[in-house]
Amino acid sequence: MPRAGSNVGLAERAYRIRRHAVRMGQVQGQGYVGQALGVADVLAVAYFHALRYRPTDTRWEGRDRFLLSIGHYAIALYAALIEAGVLPEEELETYGTDDSRMPMSGMAAYTPGMEITGGSLGHGLGIAVGMCLGLKRKRSGSFVYNLMSDGELGEGSTWEAAMSAAHHRLDNLIAIVDFNNQQADGPSTAMLSSEPVTDKFEAFGWHAQRVDGNDIEAVRMAFDLARGLKEPRPRVIVCDTRMAKGVPFLESRDIAHFIRVEPHEWTLALEALERGRSH
Amino acid sequence: MDVGPRSFGEGTFALRLSKFAPRHAVNAGERKTTSAMIASIAPDGIATRNAPFGHTLARLAHERLGIVGLTADLAKYTDLHVFAQEHPDRFYQMGMAEQVLMSAAAGLAREGFTPFATTYAVFASRRAYDFICMAIAEENLDVKIVCALPGLTTGYGPSHQATEDIAIFRGMPNLTIIDPCDALDIEQATEAIADYKGPVYMRLLRGKVPVVLDEYDYTFQIGKARLLRDGADVLFISSGLMTMRVLEAAKALEADRIDCAVLHVPTIKPLDTDAILAAARRAGRMVVVAENHTMIGGLGEGVAGLLMREGVTPVFRQIALPDEFLDAGALPTLHDRYGISTSEIVRRVRKWVK
Repeated sequence: MPRAGSNVGLAERAYRIRRHAVRMGQVQGQGYVGQALGVADVLAVAYFHALRYRPTDTRWEGRDRFLLSIGHYAIALYAALIEAGVLPEEELETYGTDDSRMPMSGMAAYTPGMEITGGSLGHGLGIAVGMCLGLKRKRSGSFVYNLMSDGELGEGSTWEAAMSAAHHRLDNLIAIVDFNNQQADGPSTAMLSSEPVTDKFEAFGWHAQRVDGNDIEAVRMAFDLARGLKEPRPRVIVCDTRMAKGVPFLESRDIAHFIRVEPHEWTLALEALERGRSH
Repeated sequence: MDVGPRSFGEGTFALRLSKFAPRHAVNAGERKTTSAMIASIAPDGIATRNAPFGHTLARLAHERLGIVGLTADLAKYTDLHVFAQEHPDRFYQMGMAEQVLMSAAAGLAREGFTPFATTYAVFASRRAYDFICMAIAEENLDVKIVCALPGLTTGYGPSHQATEDIAIFRGMPNLTIIDPCDALDIEQATEAIADYKGPVYMRLLRGKVPVVLDEYDYTFQIGKARLLRDGADVLFISSGLMTMRVLEAAKALEADRIDCAVLHVPTIKPLDTDAILAAARRAGRMVVVAENHTMIGGLGEGVAGLLMREGVTPVFRQIALPDEFLDAGALPTLHDRYGISTSEIVRRVRKWVK
């Protein structure tokens, strides 16, 4: 199981996840690169610090389950799965092309390591509830992680699932909210505000943390706390992230749900990532 | 207060009132009342079995250890309480939350279990559709959705009458749709779907459920239609409780020398196309499809489409609910009003055959 020995290692993992994502964007000429860059630090901590898994056996019963509720973040998860050795790096050339195992929106039947079909938003947390119930029936010690977006907090089904998780005392459930405050029509907080998010989850019976999702050490500590907690409650880590993090000229661009990148800018983006790389 | 239509001007409101205002006066003396929701559909004097689904599932669960039950606050009203009492550690009360009911069932199936999720047909089809579609059917997961109050089996009005559940679900790939007729059918179908790998939607009759198919040499098989009786003049093709009705109608029509066959089609999807085509190809028979469902998008249109595609063109009639939001009231009243009672079937077939 790949694990980084230090935070420097996690930063390097995050850099490589970003690079894989940008290269996929380059191949396809588009993609949800902004989201991938924003959530890369969270995925680095998940896949190289927190999760138990076997890269060559993605159905291993003892694995922690990592659900991608936000199907359009597939590019980010593919990048993490490539870095984790689940998918070969050269396959990123196929991203979003016909018959690829890496379609634009994540689907379980297509990709090893993709646990569920997300994309219809507000589904992941409910499925996670069922998987947590099932794992408890099997007396498994595995965790279920559900990566969701701030936009999904607008879906009523998310809150049905949140109430259900607390009711069933699912201490094997860790929800991660990528709070980049951006959804299709504008800032999430201006569309249908979910604030105060942690107060809401706490009121629903959850253990809630909120961290800077681009501060790897803060994210790592939050994951450790969530995993080590003895309370019989589900846990949520709200991660405030910055869209396009790591590529300054995209970060400063008018942020949108789908960031437009000009054909010549992909190489510039890779160069910008390289300049920001920790050594 | 006089709420007759003349009190109001032209328009929908007046028309709506005019639909039922006169009946208040006419029926005042011999008023039938709406049954409690938990009441069963069995008329007095007919042989019944109690909670066939609940008892069968509880029995199966002793040997099939993967079976778990979930409900959204309707265990008693879907007979799942029988299973819950016998296997309390395998029963999940999900509360009044149909979206997480279906998502959680998907999650349990992902972990290798065989969840039976129950609610009313209206809530599964209308409220939880996206969750059944994307979390369960798209993944071809082993979830059994078993729903009470299909079609017109409650007098509570459109909020509880699932008159279009099959129309909603027929378009969903991977989903098998079962509409059993009686207690025997439900018992056998429950066992069959427990052993079948894949998503299933089953319409449920609950409480005291009539037993009628024991008179026939019948066993339920997924995807198989069964000819329960043969006849030269009319071929009834039916599912669900309408098979009981057309069997009764066929007997009554003997007095008119109208010879009726009954093809029971408990699996709406996938249709038993071979059996239906073979029966419909027999010359000289009118085909009458009878369904406890709106005439849009159910068994009738499924059969019609099949016959058209195959170039089989018998005289075709449909006994089904109208494309309307139906009234509240007593079930016998409503079944007469909307043409799915035995007497209404007999009356219509006489008219059509003449």
